[in-house]
Formats: sequence, C-alpha cells, structure tokens
Amino acid sequence: MDEEKERQLDVKELDRRSFFVKLGLGSLSIATAGTAVFAYQFLSPNVLYEPSPIINAGKPESYPLDSVTLDVNSGIYIIHAREGFFSLSAVCTHLGCLTAWKPELGMIACPCHGSKFKTNGEKIEGPAPRPLPWYRVWLSDDGDLMVDRSATVRPQQFLRV
Amino acid sequence: MATSANYFDQLRKTRVWRSIFRSGSGTSTLHRSLVIQQDVFLHLFPTKVRRRMMSFSVTWYLGTLTFGTFLILVTTGILLMLYYHPSVPQAYADNKDLQFVVSSGLFLRNLHRWSAHAMVFLVFAHMFKVFYRGAYRPPREFNWVIGIILLLITLLLSYTGYLLPWDQLAYWAITVGSNIASAVPVFGDKVHFLLLGGNLVNANALLRFYVLHCMILPLTAIFFIAIHFWRIRKDGGLYVHGSESGQSAAKEER
Repeated sequence: MDEEKERQLDVKELDRRSFFVKLGLGSLSIATAGTAVFAYQFLSPNVLYEPSPIINAGKPESYPLDSVTLDVNSGIYIIHAREGFFSLSAVCTHLGCLTAWKPELGMIACPCHGSKFKTNGEKIEGPAPRPLPWYRVWLSDDGDLMVDRSATVRPQQFLRV
Repeated sequence: MATSANYFDQLRKTRVWRSIFRSGSGTSTLHRSLVIQQDVFLHLFPTKVRRRMMSFSVTWYLGTLTFGTFLILVTTGILLMLYYHPSVPQAYADNKDLQFVVSSGLFLRNLHRWSAHAMVFLVFAHMFKVFYRGAYRPPREFNWVIGIILLLITLLLSYTGYLLPWDQLAYWAITVGSNIASAVPVFGDKVHFLLLGGNLVNANALLRFYVLHCMILPLTAIFFIAIHFWRIRKDGGLYVHGSESGQSAAKEER
C-alpha cells in the first residue's frame, strides 16, 4: 500500500509542466553549450596567412667570425661563434619586443623593459623570465643557412660549416 | 523675438507636432514632467530633481562631461571611419591621408585623440569624486559596479584604438599588451590567439581590433551607459553630501 502511494507521488512529481520545464531548460543548455563551441571555433582561424617560420639566411660566408647579425624582419639573430653557427630568437621572452645587439656592450638588450642577454641567449638581467631560445639551424642543398623559428633546440648546438 | 516665440507656440499646436510630442505645450508642473516622462531618452532621468543636485559642487558635472567626450568620440569616430581601411598596410597610409590630405581630417583625428585622453581622465576623476564623497554606498552600490564595467570598456576602447594607426608605436604597444594577456594561467595563449586572430600582430589582429573598437565596445558602452543613467533615478537621484540621513532617502521607489 505504502509503496504504491510512493510510486503515485513519484509520478505526480513529474507532471506535465515540470517535464516541459526540464525539457526546455535541458535543450536550452545544450543549445548554449553548442553556441559556445560554435563561437570558439568561429573565432579561431583555421588558416593563417602568416610568414613561414623557415628562414633562408643566405650564405654562411656572409657572416664573419664573432659576428652577431639581427634580421629585423624575421626576428632572429644569426651568430657566427668560434664553435660554429647558431640562431637565437630576437624576440624578448618578457613581452615580445624585438631586442637589439649592442656591440659596444657586447650584449643583447631589449628597448622595452631593459632585459639583457648574453650572445648565447642566457639572461643577464631584467624582467625577462627565460633565456632567448635557440632555433634549429641547418644547411640547405644549395649551401644556404636555414633557420626554423618553430623549432627550438637545446643551447650549445652549433652548426659547423 | 515675440513673434518667433509665437511662431514656436503655433508650431507646437500643429497636428504633426502633437503626434510626435504627446506631452503637449504648457508650463505647468504636469506638462514639464510629461516632457521628461514621455521621451524615450529623457525618461531615463527623474522627472523632478532637487535644485541642490544640479549645483556644480555636488558632482563637478564629471559624469556629464565624460558622456560629452563619449558623444564627441562617437561622432568623430564615425567620420574617421569614412576614410579608414582596416587593412595592412593601407591603414597607416589612411592615417597620413587624414593628417595631410583630407579636409579637416587632422582636426577630426586630433579631436578624437584628445577626447579619448580626456574621457579616460574624466572617468577616473568621476570615480574619485564618487568614491571620496561616499556616493557608492547603498542604495547606489550596483551603479558603482556598472561604473567599473564602463571604466573597463573605456580602457578597452583606448587599447583597441591604439592599434588602428598601424605605426610602430601601435604595433609594439599591442604586441606587448597582447603578450600580457598570454600571462593568464591556463587560457593565456588561447586568449592571445583569439584576440589577435593569429600568433602575430597582423592583418587579422588589425581587423579584430577595428571591429571591437568601432562596433562591439561602443555598443556595449551605450548599453551600460543607459543602465547607469537609469539607475541614478532608481537609486533616488544624484547623491548630495549630507542630505541623506541614514541613507534611506532612496527607499521610496521612483
């Protein structure tokens, strides 16, 4: 008897109105979630017309020994050290400003907030949280120096030509 | 003078005028209240205010002045849009055209720029005035929150407008600013990517900032400004220092 009463109560709790309210709220929340996903996907571009990360830096001979050369357009340094060639990112790890090579000080400095780096990328001082990363460097079949800005490598990996 | 006043009175009695302005003519308190109450813009404000609320010392008119700069910015901004293409590298050339080629272009651009500076200054001054007078206290605490939202919108309008000249200053300012967004934990890089529409400050970023600056943020600002004004009425009018004992004056619904 009691069980039957309980069951009746259960049935009553889900009357038509509350059923439709639940149905409505449920479909609304699904639609909201769908809209959020749609909006996120729409706002993230699937194709980017940005410059290629791979840079042809020309012939290694054009970089004299012990030289630091900034390529402003691609934001990289080509450095010809005694151990060989390597490439550093010229983009400050703090907030993305373009750093500059200061030959008179023998260091790389950021004009925005004063971070300073050694020519091997190590941080000397400043707000920058990380050293300047090293990029992968190789020689093309034509003997050109190539740099991949999308591939960072561990420091002290020199390219000997 | 008398004839022109008569002419205006005659105009207000015409059928066309009466069909537009239902409140009718007259100088009675009722008529003057109806003018406010029956206007879609003016009805945001109270039909009656105490003379003390209108005095300079109460507000220094800072809110009104802020709104004034906003109106100047909307007007000059729409005019500047007629000569500005949000594309690389055309945007920079268009700014030079506005400065050196377009008639009154330099004036409009400078007016837009200085009004923007003035608006940020006035928003802060308005906030300090409200804060130090204690006008943010109940029942006006929600309008203070609306004011904070309007402050953020004002700053975002300044920030997005900063990129549009597409010069070195703009480029590096937005590079630095958007990298600050990357510092947000977990979502930082995503926020950065969505804000710029890419990994670099480039054509996508310029277009996104343009749309934000000219459409999304101004419309949001107008929406919250309307609520901000309307809440003044709902919260019992402007706060007059020393006139509200126990802060209960606004309990009666207006």
